[in-house]
Amino acid sequence: MSKFLDVKNLSVKFNTEDGVVHAVDNLSFSVERGKTLGIVGESGSGKSVTSLAIMGLHKGSRAEVTGEIWLDGQEINQLAEKDIRKLRGKKMAMIFQDALAALHPYYTVGNQIAEAYQVHNKVSKTEAKKHAIEMLDRVGIPEPQKRADDYPHQFSGGMRQRAMIAMSLSCDPTLLIADEPTTALDVTVQAQILELLRDLQKEFGTSIILITHDLGVVAETADDVLLMYAGKAVEYGNVRDVLKNPQHPYAWGLLTSIPRLTGDPDKKLAAIPGIPPSLISVPSGCAFHPRCSYVSTVGAACSATIPDLLLVTNTAHHLVRCHLDVKNREDIFKNQVVPKL
Amino acid sequence: MLSYIARRITSGVLVLFIVSAVVFSIFYILPADPARLACGKSCTPELMERIRHAMEIDQPLATQYGRFVKGVFVGRTYNAGTEVQLDCAAPCLGYSYQTDLPVTSLIKDRLPATLSIAVGASLLWLLVGLSGGILSALKRGTLIDRGSQAFALAGASLQIYFVGLILQFIFVNKLEWLPMPGYVSPFEMPFEWAKEMVLPWVTLAFLLSAIYSRLTRSGMIEVMSEDYIRTARAKGLSARQINFKHVLRSAITPIVTVFGLDLGALLGGAVITEYVFNIPGLGKLATEAVANVDMPVITGTVLLAAIFIITANMIVDIIYSFLDPKVRLK
Amino acid sequence: MSTILKVSGLTKHFAGNKHGLFSKADAIQAVDGVSFELAQGEALGLVGESGCGKSTTGRLITRLLEPTIGKIEFEGQDITHLSNNNLRPIRTQLQMIFQDPYSSLNPRHTVGTIVGTPFNISKVTPEGGVKKRVQELLEIVGLNPEHYNRYPHEFSGGQRQRIGIARALALRPKVIVADEPVSALDVSIQAQIINLMKDLQKDFGLTFVFIAHDLAVVRHFAQRVAVMYLGNIVEIADRDSLYSNPKHPYTKALLSAVPEADPDAVGARERIRLTGDVPNPINPPSGCRFRTRCWKAQEICATTPPALLQVGKSSVACHFPE
Repeated sequence: MSKFLDVKNLSVKFNTEDGVVHAVDNLSFSVERGKTLGIVGESGSGKSVTSLAIMGLHKGSRAEVTGEIWLDGQEINQLAEKDIRKLRGKKMAMIFQDALAALHPYYTVGNQIAEAYQVHNKVSKTEAKKHAIEMLDRVGIPEPQKRADDYPHQFSGGMRQRAMIAMSLSCDPTLLIADEPTTALDVTVQAQILELLRDLQKEFGTSIILITHDLGVVAETADDVLLMYAGKAVEYGNVRDVLKNPQHPYAWGLLTSIPRLTGDPDKKLAAIPGIPPSLISVPSGCAFHPRCSYVSTVGAACSATIPDLLLVTNTAHHLVRCHLDVKNREDIFKNQVVPKL
Repeated sequence: MLSYIARRITSGVLVLFIVSAVVFSIFYILPADPARLACGKSCTPELMERIRHAMEIDQPLATQYGRFVKGVFVGRTYNAGTEVQLDCAAPCLGYSYQTDLPVTSLIKDRLPATLSIAVGASLLWLLVGLSGGILSALKRGTLIDRGSQAFALAGASLQIYFVGLILQFIFVNKLEWLPMPGYVSPFEMPFEWAKEMVLPWVTLAFLLSAIYSRLTRSGMIEVMSEDYIRTARAKGLSARQINFKHVLRSAITPIVTVFGLDLGALLGGAVITEYVFNIPGLGKLATEAVANVDMPVITGTVLLAAIFIITANMIVDIIYSFLDPKVRLK
Repeated sequence: MSTILKVSGLTKHFAGNKHGLFSKADAIQAVDGVSFELAQGEALGLVGESGCGKSTTGRLITRLLEPTIGKIEFEGQDITHLSNNNLRPIRTQLQMIFQDPYSSLNPRHTVGTIVGTPFNISKVTPEGGVKKRVQELLEIVGLNPEHYNRYPHEFSGGQRQRIGIARALALRPKVIVADEPVSALDVSIQAQIINLMKDLQKDFGLTFVFIAHDLAVVRHFAQRVAVMYLGNIVEIADRDSLYSNPKHPYTKALLSAVPEADPDAVGARERIRLTGDVPNPINPPSGCRFRTRCWKAQEICATTPPALLQVGKSSVACHFPE
């Protein structure tokens, strides 16, 4: 399987009055054709900044984006705005969390979808509108002809997100980046939208990057997972490997602290102490060390040096960035983490 | 949609009636003799007597107001049947005893000048203000932006009478490029009309384009940080498409509203401008009436100004509902 | 356990938009005939999706809103239509925690002022003074009492939520209504706040109404759970019964829609996909409001609204409960 998207050593820095914000630090990952990568992280992890960097949407802002982004064999980070613009919407598309804010309030939904199509295709207005109605139909919006003339605020949350998906897929892009597409939706609607994305992926072979903070969503939809913390990748691999055999203390913390529908509800949730770090004054060494319960097992290295992203033994591509040695990690996982899951 | 328009018009007409009643009654409520107020500065006992008779001052206030309103629709005859009969054709907004003319004819006489100033200046300030604001917003932080904002600040802080007189001194007296500002009919002498209007237009526009430039700039900057602009970029739209079709489209809505109201207010009489340049418009009519204490004229011009503003308000509301679908379709 | 709060037939209609010049405004039936009892010391979860009326119910209970119809009894006293003045002593007992820690704290007030305001309003001076009590409260919720003079923007989301909790606890209330207290927080912080609230409940014998849309979160906090749909309670049961043996079709669908963080569980669970969207609260479906999306719907569902009846250990409003 070829790497459709290959990101190498991506860093995004913002120069602000308070200092330099290292939003993304030396990030590398890839996505295969027709597969889904889930990028998981909390606020400040750098997941959204990463997706905007792939789309080249930081160009013209105060951000400094370094590193290589290879999309289908073409390096796109060094492209000028006028060149990458041709790829946006056509080769790679993006959908956002708040569909009401992400759609223009003064133009009809049909108009906006038609526009997305017309940017990259020389067609008449009527043809573009026809295509827009087809797209609305394909994403499961009833009475698409009528609804194409409605404004975004006249749609319900779920329908609006479907419309945004329709718009993003109108030029049949091979990469779709979905930034928290279901976070603002009800859980039953979320299930519908995730199913829609899965079906569309099967039908069109689109590669999807799904950004979320919800490990449940990742488990259901992703093939691979990238866990980010303070702008860095801390764990990366196949979804089964990362969620069933997690290696990083942050991953352990997340998996043991989230409330679930299974397990003992009266047991206290094993919360991760502390708060996510500031990206201006990132903690020295491993950014997670102030909140990690296993610093004592490793020693001074945790606060002194940034651990490398290394392969977990006996796996093909499960990587973890942690100073814990293999033996300690296995022990801790078996004795302390598993009982709490 | 239709019901929205109907509601707007209904409330507009209602406000108009209330305003007219207040404006009409205010001179009767004041501790001064209304007839004296209508008589004015150069009052004589005979004039006073005639006025008293014509105004039917002994009638109750409501009746007088009723006659006034009726006069607006069908015309009015003062002192009907006597030798001092005064005819006031519809719409009768009162009678100026001092000048011995119906207020409406005075207004008709002065309206074209005000209209010329208002329409010309508004087009100019809209053009300059919008383009200045757009340019500033697109080139935020650069020298162009700062320069444009400085120009705007100057326009906003300098008074009309100062700017007007300075410009007049330079262009009329010193350089003799332009004739003295005044009013001639654009239908008879279009070039002369334009030349005489240039200074009033530029003076007014200098002040107002400053405001519009700031409004446009801040409006555009605010819209540019909205999520849907990020979506437009993600679709691959060019900067020009985004700036005009998406950003400006959203930013223009409050500007249209303000423009309607400004124009409405200006139509009631660009008082200071007309005074500075000595242009025979409604503003000048109003200031003269105040100086001469000609109450019917004051009442008439105030009422007319109210009509313009209320109408402008209604139109702006209706236009706004076309621009913002959320208002139209709840 | 005694009943501390009783709600009967609680209904709240909001005026919607008018269509045309002379028509009446639409009535948005946000909450329609909700009844339940709250026992002293228990934690009742109120779950549902957007538009179900759970937040409105929370505001009705704390009398931030006045019911259109129905009755609210707090400790036996009818507080349904009490005036603000008469409500004041009751409000010290019935407090609320809000969802958004960023907008529910006045940015111009220091933390000390925010947490101390309840004392000023109710004209109660705690032993040792307001400041001492405020600092005690800050410590109880896990904040540094020396941050008394800081402003909300100097704190993180989770810390701000703690401030909100401290404020709610100030007057030693009996009942706390928490409206989505953790939804706006990062995942790693949610557990901290849930744990805090559980500890406080135990330490102070508080009664909670926990409003949330996240079923997993509610499961870790509530002993009894009520599920709402379009203004009605469709099922109310003890926690274990509801989660392991849901009786109402909507509850079943809701539980099946929650994604599990276990890749092996995918495909193992029974998946119920509801079609369509939640209907308009202005014109809810006749009879059972869930019937338009229910796979069991029959004729009777359109004609007769089902009553909340006991089925096993749960109360269910359904003509064909599981």
